[in-house]
This record gives sequence, structure tokens and C-alpha cells, in this order.
Amino acid sequence: MEAGRRSVSGWTVANVVVVLYAMVPVLWIASLSFKDPSTFTDGSFIPRKWTLGNYAGIFTNADFVRGLVNSIGIGLISTFVAIVFGTMAAYAVARLTFPGKRLLIGVSLLIAMFPQISLVSPLFQIERALGLFNTWAGLILPYITFALPLTIYTLSAFFREIPWELEKAAKMDGATPFQAFWQVIVPLAAPGMVTTAILAFIFCWNDFLFAISLTSSDAARTAPATISFFTGSTQFEDPTGSISAAAVVITIPIVIFVLFFQRRIVAGLTSGAVKG
Amino acid sequence: MAEIVLDHITKRYADGTVAVDDFDVRIADHEFVILVGPSGCGKSTTLNMIAGLEDITEGELRVDGRRMNEKAPRDRDMAMVFQSYALYPHMTVRENIAFPLKLAKMGREETQERVERAAGLLDLAPYLDRKPAALSGGQRQRVAMGRAIVRDPKAFLMDEPLSNLDAKLRVQMRTSISRLQKSLGTTTVYVTHDQTEAMTLGDRIVIMRAGLIQQIGPPQELYDHPRNLFVAGFIGSPSMNVVPARLEEGLLRTPIGDIPLRGRLGRAAEGPDVPRDVIAGIRPESFEDASLVHDAEEGGTFTGTVDLLESMGPEKLAYFTLDTGAVRSEHLSEAGGEEAGEECRLVAQLDPKSGARRGQPVRLWYDTQAVHLFHPKTGENLTER
Repeated sequence: MEAGRRSVSGWTVANVVVVLYAMVPVLWIASLSFKDPSTFTDGSFIPRKWTLGNYAGIFTNADFVRGLVNSIGIGLISTFVAIVFGTMAAYAVARLTFPGKRLLIGVSLLIAMFPQISLVSPLFQIERALGLFNTWAGLILPYITFALPLTIYTLSAFFREIPWELEKAAKMDGATPFQAFWQVIVPLAAPGMVTTAILAFIFCWNDFLFAISLTSSDAARTAPATISFFTGSTQFEDPTGSISAAAVVITIPIVIFVLFFQRRIVAGLTSGAVKG
Repeated sequence: MAEIVLDHITKRYADGTVAVDDFDVRIADHEFVILVGPSGCGKSTTLNMIAGLEDITEGELRVDGRRMNEKAPRDRDMAMVFQSYALYPHMTVRENIAFPLKLAKMGREETQERVERAAGLLDLAPYLDRKPAALSGGQRQRVAMGRAIVRDPKAFLMDEPLSNLDAKLRVQMRTSISRLQKSLGTTTVYVTHDQTEAMTLGDRIVIMRAGLIQQIGPPQELYDHPRNLFVAGFIGSPSMNVVPARLEEGLLRTPIGDIPLRGRLGRAAEGPDVPRDVIAGIRPESFEDASLVHDAEEGGTFTGTVDLLESMGPEKLAYFTLDTGAVRSEHLSEAGGEEAGEECRLVAQLDPKSGARRGQPVRLWYDTQAVHLFHPKTGENLTER
């Protein structure tokens, strides 16, 4: 009993420490975003002078709004394509035996491990030659490339847990392979697909390296890259307030996503762990 | 409704293992055929080849005279019930049963009508809007059956459909499957490893071992006339007693007494290349308490001490240990009987009126004409050739 209570309090302390460690920088940014420019350097955690001016500022900044649109558009398209192809590839990896399967898994793992920074210069050259530089497609393509290994890996784990007999049953019931896949396997893998989609979207949404290197104007520049182009109202002033506000703004969609799909994600991560 | 012909079918995997070897059976229309055997004997592979879930390496599968080897499962018009039931967890019972009809693009009204009829037949009407997760094992099993019968297929293929149920439910479902099959008259191939299911359900049993058919026949025939030691050991519960025996001039010497070689035993002993040392097999129900047998003429007697006595109600099972080594044969170990110990054991099925008591000696009578003789190497039944 005594030991149990001690371990509970031990866990509580550990949890509090971890949560504080993770949350303090986030809260600090949020606090900065509400501070009036004159009080940025006062060191107070709770703003002394509240203002929404920073937010009003970034939303009147056409570049940032355009950046948000780019981010959402590029993120959604990349995620969608990655999920569609990833689902099919993951299914093949999980269920079929075909020549080169190990090679495919190996290559996709390799891509996931590849240091992205080493690809930036070649990609820059290639995209300029192909006319993809500073376009949505120019960002969507590398994003899909890096999101695919992730989706293939996560989804094939989900597919492996769906009993194969269900598919045989569907075939016996008169389904074509595609019908069996679409009407039986995909609905069962849906939690996994949602989880994977969120992870892929977060990856695209958060990317800075490609976004800054493969764009030159607000035609395709995504929000994280746009923020780095913020300027203060005078050249002697740091755009601290706008950057904080923008950081909070681009964090919100992720938070909403995760909160909204939290149950799905948890269910997805654990589904099939217990024989049902 | 269909006649299914498996014409010398062989399944060989890429690594060279042969799962099914020259399987040649003609399944008549309306027939209920059981494929039975220990695990790994190739019975499920055979079923999957009929279903189209596995390719046939050699031979031809014909349904109503048409070659099926290359047809996809959905073009074969057969329904399958799986051991795990394989219900679609995201669909309700109604959607599960209607799924084959939906794929066949059947109209809504007819679908509705057929689902209701199937549900009525299987007592599933109250559960139509539930998800499989909210059903008991027996109900899930019935949904799987419903999904099979709803589209009125040419044949039912059942892969150990009852082995996930508890003993009592299994007996119940066994009867209802049998009744359902008789009333629908659909050709059925049923795979099981349980000899009781095989005996009670089938019109005919195909007993398999290591990919090879051992014997085909109606249950009673397999029971009365097992072609070899494996079939003899597999069919019947408790399994046939086997004891070492020696053929001598006009006599069969066994640990339970000398048996004169007359009638079928005599004919068996005179056959070509019969070794001196053989295996004698006698079913537990060929024994009786000698004091209850009035006409003990045709038969032998043997006195032994009862090790263990099980009262089953309509019968008593008495276990004895004989003072001889147990029969060792590869044909028996695979038959699924209990692991043979060092000593030779014997089970006798006695009338409940028998006075046999544990630890007490009892005199047993047995029917000498019910004794089978087996070749110790090949396992062939010498009394049946």
C-alpha cells in the first residue's frame, strides 16, 4: 500500500516535470504573442499589457495569409497522395509476396533515413531545370517522397493485424480483389489511416528546410518559411510579436487535429493488440 | 446444387513440399462429404483448392463437368464458412449476411427478403442490427452460416466451423448444420479434425494423412472395416486397442489370450507375405463383462485388474494395463490417440450393470471375430484385404 502510494507520487512528479519541460516554451511563445511590443523584454511570464495587435498584424500581412493557404493546400494534397499510394503499397507489403519486396522495404527505409539537407542542393538544381522551382508541385513532390516511407511503414503494420481470413471470406462472397480491399480491408484499417494521415500532414506542415530552399516568392512559400521573412516595423525592431503570434497560429491546426482525432489515434495505435 | 469432381489433384508448394498428393474424389450432388485427418494432413489445403483460394498444381477440379482450376473464387459460386467465422466487424449482422448479395448487385427488396429468410432459418432475426462484437460465439457462427446460405450457392465449404465453440454448443450446432444441409440439399464439403463430427455429420468421410487419402467411405464402413492401422486408430472414441500379437500354427497369441485362427482371422493369416509378428486391434466395445455374457462360446476371455473405471452413464469404461510393451507404430502416433506410454494399455467398454470395480480383478469376454490384424510395417489391415 505504502509502496503503491509512493510510486504514484513518484509518477506524478515525473509527469509534472515532463509536462513543464514540454509546455514552458510553448506557453512562453503564447505569452509573447499577447504582449504589447513595449513589454517584450520585461521578463514577465504573464503579459502585463495584453494586446491582440500581433495577431491583427500577421493577418493583415498578405504574405503570411498566402503562406497559410499554401501550407494547407500543399499539406493536404501531399497527405492525400501519400495516403492513397501508401495504402496500396502497404497492403502489398503486408499481404503479397512479390520479387523485390525486401528491396522496396529497404529503399523506403533508406529514404526515411536520408539526411534531407544533403538533397536540398540537387533538388534545387533539378527543380529549376524542370520548372518546378517555386511551385506547389515543387514542394508536394519531395513531401510525398518523405511521407511515403512513413505511411507505408505505419499502414503495413495495421494491415498485418487485419485477419487474412476476412479477405478470403470477401473473395468467397464474390468480391473482386479491389472490392475486398475497398469494402472490407480499408474500413477496418481506417483508424490506422487517420493516424498515418495526421502524422504525414504534420510532417508536411512542419517542414521548413524544403519550404525555404525550394521557394522564392509567396507563390508556394509555406507558413513556416514565411515567418522567417517577417520584418519589424522599423529596421531597429525585432518582429518578435508577429513571429510569436504566427507560431501560435500554425500550432493551432495541429492541436485541433490531435484533440479531434485523439481517440482515433489511440484506438489506431492499439487496435488489434488484443484479440477481439 | 452441383457435383464436384476432384480429378487426381495435387498441391505442391514452390519449395517442393507436397501438401496434397493425388486426391481423387467424386462428390455427388446433395452429398455431405467430410475431410478429416490430423493437423497438417492437407485437408484444409484441399478445401482451399476447391474454393479457389489456393492454386491447383496438378489435376483438374470440375463442377458440374466444367473445369474450375483457373476460375477466381467469386466465379465458382461456392460459399465458405471459416473457423474464425471471418465476420466483417464493421458491418451489422444484416450487412454481413447481405454482403454476398450486395456484391452480386441484387435488388434491395429481394436482398431484404433473402436476408430475413436466412435469419429466420438460423434464429438470428433479433440480432440483425447488432455488430458481430456484440454476439456470442454461437451467434457469430450462425451469422457465418447465414452469409453462406443466403445466396443459395452451388456448394458449401466449411473449414472447421465448430472448433471455436464450447462442447455443448458444438453438439447443438452439429445437429443444426446437419438438418440445414439435409433440408437445403446443397453439396457440402466439411473439414474437421474431430472424428466425432466426421462420424455424425457425413454421408461419406475422406480420411487423410500427410496429403494422402487413407480411405473413403460412409462412417460405418470406415468404423467396421478400417483399411489400415491409421484409420482404425483415428476413427472411434475411445480409440481401438492395439496389442502386439504373434501368429502361430492355428493360433494368434496375444497378451489377452490365444485366439484360434478361424473365419476371417484364418483367412487373414493365410494371406501372402504376412509376417509372424503382427498388431492386433480390438475396439473397446467388443469387450464385455464375462458374467453378463450368456453365450460365451464365440469369444475369448481374459482376466485383468481394473486400473481406472469411468462411469459414463450408459456405459462404463474400464482401463487395464497388460504386462507387455506398448505397440509402437508411426501409424498410431499420428492418429491423434492419447500418447502411448511404456506399457500396453487396454480400454474396455462395459455394460453399466457390470460389477467391475477399481483395483479389483474382473473377467472380460471379447468377440474374437471383431479382432483386426494389422501389418506392423505398412499398417495395412490384414483382415480387410
